[in-house]
Amino acid sequence: MDLEVTSQPAMRAQSPCLLELRGVGKAYGQAAKRFMAVEGVNLVLRAGEFLCLLGPSGCGKSTLLRMIAGLQAPSAGSVLYRGEPLAGVNPYATIVFQSFALFPWLTVQENVEVALKAGGMPAPARGPRARALLDTVGLDGFESAYPRELSGGMRQKVGFARAMAVEPELLCLDEPFSALDVLSAEALRGELLELWLSHVIPTRAILMVTHNIEEAVLMADRIVVMAKDPGRVVTEVPILLRHPRRHKDTAFQGLVDKVYAAVAGRTAGVEAPGTGPGQGGRMQRLPAARLNALAGLLEKLAAEGGRNDLYRLSGELVMELDDMLPIVDAGRILGLLAVAEGDLFLTPLGQAYADASILTRKELLAGRILRLPVIAWIYETLQQDDDHRVAEEYFVDKLRLELADFAESELDRAISWGRFAELFAFDDDRDELYLETDG
Amino acid sequence: MPYNATRTMLGHFHSNVSRMRPFRFAPALPRISAWSAADGMILLGLAGFLFAALRLALHAPAVIRGPEISLAPSALPWYTLLSCGRMVLAYILSLMFSLAYGHAAARHRLAGLVLLPLLDVLQSIPILSFLPVALLGLSALLPQALAAELAAILLIVTSQAWNMTFCFYQALITIPGELGEAATVFRFNPWLRFKSLELPFAALGLVWNSMMSWAGGWFFLMAAETFRVGARDFRLPGLGSYLQVAAGRGDLKAVLAGLAALILVIVLLDQIVWRPLLAWADKFKLEMTAGEEAPASWAHDLLSRSVILERCEARLWTPLMERLDAIMGRRMGLSIARPRPRRPVTTVVVLGALGLLAGWGAYRAVSVLALLPRAAWATIGLALLATAGRVAVSLLLALFWTIPLGVAIGSSPRLAARLQPIVQVIAAIPATALFPVLLLALVRIRGGIDLAAILLMLMGTQWYLLFNVIAGAASIPQDLRNTAALLRLSWRDRWTTLVLPALFPYLVTGAITASGGAWNASIVAEHAEFAGRSYATRGVGALIALATERADYPLLLAATLALVALVVGINRTLWRSLYHRARTRYQME
Repeated sequence: MDLEVTSQPAMRAQSPCLLELRGVGKAYGQAAKRFMAVEGVNLVLRAGEFLCLLGPSGCGKSTLLRMIAGLQAPSAGSVLYRGEPLAGVNPYATIVFQSFALFPWLTVQENVEVALKAGGMPAPARGPRARALLDTVGLDGFESAYPRELSGGMRQKVGFARAMAVEPELLCLDEPFSALDVLSAEALRGELLELWLSHVIPTRAILMVTHNIEEAVLMADRIVVMAKDPGRVVTEVPILLRHPRRHKDTAFQGLVDKVYAAVAGRTAGVEAPGTGPGQGGRMQRLPAARLNALAGLLEKLAAEGGRNDLYRLSGELVMELDDMLPIVDAGRILGLLAVAEGDLFLTPLGQAYADASILTRKELLAGRILRLPVIAWIYETLQQDDDHRVAEEYFVDKLRLELADFAESELDRAISWGRFAELFAFDDDRDELYLETDG
Repeated sequence: MPYNATRTMLGHFHSNVSRMRPFRFAPALPRISAWSAADGMILLGLAGFLFAALRLALHAPAVIRGPEISLAPSALPWYTLLSCGRMVLAYILSLMFSLAYGHAAARHRLAGLVLLPLLDVLQSIPILSFLPVALLGLSALLPQALAAELAAILLIVTSQAWNMTFCFYQALITIPGELGEAATVFRFNPWLRFKSLELPFAALGLVWNSMMSWAGGWFFLMAAETFRVGARDFRLPGLGSYLQVAAGRGDLKAVLAGLAALILVIVLLDQIVWRPLLAWADKFKLEMTAGEEAPASWAHDLLSRSVILERCEARLWTPLMERLDAIMGRRMGLSIARPRPRRPVTTVVVLGALGLLAGWGAYRAVSVLALLPRAAWATIGLALLATAGRVAVSLLLALFWTIPLGVAIGSSPRLAARLQPIVQVIAAIPATALFPVLLLALVRIRGGIDLAAILLMLMGTQWYLLFNVIAGAASIPQDLRNTAALLRLSWRDRWTTLVLPALFPYLVTGAITASGGAWNASIVAEHAEFAGRSYATRGVGALIALATERADYPLLLAATLALVALVVGINRTLWRSLYHRARTRYQME
């Protein structure tokens, strides 16, 4: 166990502050449809630091990154770079994109050259410079290839070479490895770390957005954990492990578990199911999970004795955090699952569900989801109608008052849940919801 | 005439002719919007515009002499060249217009508020109905020959520009977010952004739509070259008038020579201009995966091996672009801030001024219309009804033969391989070029002009339907065909549960385009000056011609506006609801 602490953090405290966020918020839409993507974020990034923004999808981490790069303006607070508020695109920063964002009609070399050209470099100097940059990332020999001829990993190397072309002081990475296969991603992470730690590149700080916990623990000096609704910073975890870090180390695993617990424990206020449309109070959206997935998770958990490590479980199920958390949330709102100290376990009710017969399960689930205000509202509306049929439009209109653009997807989720529990269903021909009575 | 989506589909058809590849495309019409306040504004604006043109037309000379058309074979190349020249000029104008309009609509929110609904209406109205007004208006201002040339070119532009504009606009608003952000983060100036991102991203669609616009342009060119009412002869020397005169004199040899020249030009341009362009544009595909066969072109292969061209590129083109980039870079500066909304003051002022002008014109137009006796409105109503009937008949006739044949072709790759080249050449002949020939055959029969009118509409419409039916039939998944066979569905059940539902979206797409073409054709189909006599039938096209001849401007204005309103109305109601149904119920994903 080599939990040795590097001497860097101590120095870093005195190193100059490059970036500072003061009460930064970002809202979309207006009036009733106003939706806070990010709220009240305070953050400091110093020279020499590798910072990770970590959180589930929809927590506004990419929005935050875009505000730092100057692609979007904050609607509250201010983004200071070198002490100056940003106006327009941040001239010291650049982004490496998740989708690579290479121009498919330009060759590898032209893709790098166009960034040099935009920066005003004269034509004769561009060719050699681009080739040198491609050489640095190990792409010599591929200069004349088109991006479509390259593997994902190689495309992202072009993305890095292009970013290096403008010699950014701050390098922003927007989930740069998440579109790659596991092996390419691991290789590229290593190469980036090597460039960064050996100071080959003039970059003075890195800000990476990710939802991959291991990736964050592997690379970052500090992890900023974010949560959604609204997007906000919930905690910071300094990572003081010495490089090279190894996944198998106990200290590494301990940190991963710690971060996982921080992320899983902070997803939405799941204990309060919120209110229904028109009842006042804040409406809580249903988690983006299918109930059959929840049923599968309950069975798996029951087979494993009713308790398992959340992180290990997502590994066994080969599920990303983003796919796993909504299912866990669904189980928690329905009172079937609980989370404690990074472990997921069945509640007595969840155990009862797992033990029950198929018919009983449906009934149990129907009873549980009827406790959710949205579902109950739909169910009661249908019951009050003489034909037990009501146009989809009616529900969408009511939901739109609370959820704006999310109304339709919310109704889709509700219908999918109602169908699974055989409460109500949807007639696609007539665009109506109807009660499921007597089959 | 046509809608862009079908043009794109036609484009796919073209691409498939040389090599056999399964049809692989879904009908994708631009969404037809519901009636809105903007429509009313636009119709009023059009009324104002027409009124202004008509004010000019009051001063149009009463007698206009047309050109002498020589049928000598030696004159044919000259006429061909003239026709092509008009096409090229019109196309260049269309392209420039499309880029400017599309850019303005996509990038400036306020301008987009006006430009988009306008585009929507303009691409759906029968443009040919504006020809008489444009001809009369321009000939009051300009020397006759120039006026007719300009009117012809403007007409072609208005037929070509909309779908290209829409395509460019669509491309601009669908540029993947991160690609656009990359351009911003790397501080591309507007010129570099246009050159390296926007234009390449739109290139493939623009080439497809250019091909289709070009093909549609022939239809309007032929119509414009042969337009003549009474004492006003607006004809232009060109292939269209050559064919018309040849047919009028019953000179079969000249007719054949003219048609041969026309087909030769169309096929030649396809082979040495459009195909190579298409093959070249393939590199602008966005898909990051290699695979799917690229469109082939012998001319492109030949050119890309040329050493001279390569030298030209290295010595001339590259340095030239470098200079241009440098100049533009200096002019636009390096500091490209995040795209922020422009100060809307200028836009508001310009739009306001335009709005006032249109409002004034509309007011005057309406006051002119108020003078029209009630009987005239009844005549217009009946004429519209008659034309609508003809459009419906031609559409039904087209459906009647294209469905069985299209399904047969679409279901059998072997048949498709054999028939496609033939169908393509026949479809390429503009229906308006054949109209004099039709008249030659039918004019002696009673009701011949009626028949000829329907046939002309049919010729203008059937190909869109055929291509769409072929595409639809080819899109039926083999799994479903097999299932139908395994279930031993009867012939009848197979058609009602599989083939027709699968075809539905394609039929709607094809029919929308086809009816647009038919309405356009009605303008030139319902009256004819043939061999020194004039023939007419009841219909709005005939009415417009009559009004032009008699210089009855209130009637001309009323008829044109009523036609536009009816067609827009049918689009917004009938086609919109069918299209909605096709999208929600019958789309195969």
